[in-house]
Order: sequence, then C-alpha cells, then structure tokens
Amino acid sequence: MATTRPDVPARARLERFDGAELALHWVNAALFGILILTAAILYIGPLSALVGRRELVRYLHVVSGLALPFPLVAARFGPWRRAFVADVRALARFDDDDRTWLRSLGRNKGVRMGKFHPGQKLNAAFTLGTIVVMLATGSIMHWFDFFPVEWRTGATFVHDWLAIVLAIVILGHIKMALSDGDARRGMSQGWVPTVWARRHRPKWYEEMTGHAASPGRGGAPPESG
Amino acid sequence: MEGKPVGRRVVLGMMGTGVAGILFGSKAADLLERVVAPIASRDGTGFLSLFPVGRFRIYTVTGRLHSRSDVDYRLNVAGNVDTPVTFTLDELRAMPATRMTRDFQCVTGWRVHDVKWTGVRLADLLDKAGAKEGSWGVRLLSFDGAYTETLTMEQARRDDVIVAYEMHNKPVTAAHGGPARLYVAPMYGYKSIKWLETIEVSETEARRGYWEVRGYDTDAWIGKSNGRDDRPV
Repeated sequence: MATTRPDVPARARLERFDGAELALHWVNAALFGILILTAAILYIGPLSALVGRRELVRYLHVVSGLALPFPLVAARFGPWRRAFVADVRALARFDDDDRTWLRSLGRNKGVRMGKFHPGQKLNAAFTLGTIVVMLATGSIMHWFDFFPVEWRTGATFVHDWLAIVLAIVILGHIKMALSDGDARRGMSQGWVPTVWARRHRPKWYEEMTGHAASPGRGGAPPESG
Repeated sequence: MEGKPVGRRVVLGMMGTGVAGILFGSKAADLLERVVAPIASRDGTGFLSLFPVGRFRIYTVTGRLHSRSDVDYRLNVAGNVDTPVTFTLDELRAMPATRMTRDFQCVTGWRVHDVKWTGVRLADLLDKAGAKEGSWGVRLLSFDGAYTETLTMEQARRDDVIVAYEMHNKPVTAAHGGPARLYVAPMYGYKSIKWLETIEVSETEARRGYWEVRGYDTDAWIGKSNGRDDRPV
C-alpha cells in the first residue's frame, strides 16, 4: 500500500479514501467475487457438471451472501466511520450538475463534478439496493419452508434477473476502473494526483485546496458541452 | 448538504421492485416463459439458456445433493411382491425403453417445456417382481434418506409413469435425480421423486409422502390439484 511513486510527490496528492474505506471496498469486492463465482457454478449447467460438490458451493454462496451486511455495518458504525459517513452523504445526494448529467443520460460532458461522478453515485446506490434485495430474496429461497410457494418462485425470479443486471454493472465498473489508472490508485492506495482531481473532479478539488480549478478536460464550461 | 436524495430513491425503488417481484414474480415468470420458450427452442447457440426463463430449479429437501455412481446404483422392488428384485442401472437399460417428450411442471409455478425422458415403465418393474393383486399402491424412497412419495396401483401402472435414466438423451445428472428417478408425467414435479432407490409395494394405504404430510395434495394432477390451474402437460 505504501509504495511511493516518485512521479507524484506527496504534496501533489489528495487523499480520496481512508484505510477503513479501502478495506470496506476490497472486502466487499472479495465477497462479491465469491458470490459471482459460486453463482456461476450453481447456475450454468456445464460449470456445475465440471465443479460438482454442489452442496459446498451452495454453502459458500449462502455464507458469503449473509456476510455482506457486516462490513457495511462495521464501516458505518465503527470508530473509523468519519470519512465513510461523509462519503455516503456525498454519494446519496445529486446536485444540479449531477442532475443535468442524468437528464442528458450521460451525454453532457460539460458538467462540473464533485468528489463523485453521478455515475459512481448511481453505482453506489444500485449496489446497496442490490445487497438488500439479494439478501431478502436469497433468504426466501434458502428458508423457503417459512414462506408461501409463490413467494419462492417470485424470489427466485428476482434473484436471477437482478444477478444478471448486477454482473453487467460490475463488468462496467471494472471496465471504467481499468481505463483510469489514477482513479484506480484512489481505491488501491487512497490518494489521487492533485492534477487528476483538478481535471476530473473540479468541485472537489476546489473544496480540498481552496484554489479555483480552471476548466480542463471533463471540466469544460457548459456552453461547449 | 445540498442536492436531491436520488441515491435514496434508487435504493427504495429497488426495494419496492424487489417486493413486487417476490409477490408477483411467479406470474411474470410464467408470462415470460410463454413468450420466450418458442424463441429459445430455435436458439442453436444456447445463449438464451443463460437467462432465467424456462429453467429447471434444483430442489433438495436435505439441503445437499446425494450422488451415487452408475456402478453402485441399485433399485429395489420389495414389499407385497412374489419375489423382491434388485435392478442395476445396466439391467434397467436393458429393459424395453419408453421415450416421451413432455413438459415438467412444478407446483411452485415454473415449467420447463419439452423435456425428453427415457426410462422403464414403473408397471414393468412391478410385473418383474410380481406385485400382488389387490395391493393399494407403492411407496417410493429416495437414497437422499428423507424424500418419499406414494402412488396408488392404478396411478403407478399408467404408461406415462416411468423410472427415467435419460433426460435429453443423456444420463440423468445428480442434480436432476440421477442415476435414475421417477417421472410421473401427469402430476406436479414433487411426485417425480429424485434419486429413486426403493419401490415398496404396499398392501394397505401407505404413509403419505414428504410434501403430502406438509400440506401438498396426494393426487397431484397438473391443473386439478393444489389449488392451481396450470395447463396439463
């Protein structure tokens, strides 16, 4: 984690996430990884046949699913919660620029971003919603004895389709991360180069440094967007 | 903090959709099924089979899959018979085969269209052991150690009730109840006991099956039981 890149000296960095947030992201990523892998084995016939051991795979899937809320609760209520709580608030609210971007269905490149891009905000909300819905439907599937049979079919229907949507969203998330090494460093080492923030997150840059961000790529004035 | 709580709306919206899906999803699934099944059957790539439409759901009552190799598999016919018989899988395969292509309808609502089954008529197995005249019916036991089913003698002797060892011209997999399972075409899936191990001819009315003691109908005719109105297969 502490690898210092000589090309970005400490004074040219902005802290983006603290250690607790990085831990939460990567614990979640690991759990989602296990869930997707085990889901694929349970769901795709040829993979099921290849791996076998269905009861073990199912057990892993259920246990990692049930584990999902714990890191979130720890991040939100633990003594290390400060940065996470602030970021959740920033992720939850869409300002005028964000809504302009939303209304243009992502085509308006002229809007000025805060700490989070509205796409990232949507991704965060979607992920939280997914965790809630998958936990609920998964629980009905697992403890089906306690529910009407129609609910079991309905829960399976929701669980399956949402899983497919989730897989697509996560692929998009990874693709975006792969295309931006500086943003990726934000989630692996916790900081981003100040110039990146100035260019891609001008409103956040202004908040953090007190300097005006001159419009650059991704920060062009609205009339040119 | 300025701005609109769009994030909260997204989360609440997803939760609402999720609840609606749980309550009405079985109807939506059925509708989708009718629309997509004819398209999927012409899809040579198998790509559509990745989507959750018209798929088998694998249920086990023990929470785990029990598997038995083809070599170790044995099927016993016992109880009120002249001579108890034990069949190996090869012996089942050597008997006259019955093939049928029928839908598989689950009492929870899902239906898989046009499943090809190959197997031996249950009636033939009963004849081999010499099931005694006037018996009430059969009690069927699974090697999962928990699941049981019953059929009256009249039901058991129907031509569309088979011990299936092939599904879509391939051996029945462990997930689908292999090496051999029952397939009771005119009844809901829970009658088609998986991992079939013992067929016990019963002189008097047998103790009801696993789901029947939990409230399912004993005579599980598709569309005429369990309060459902599915089309017969």
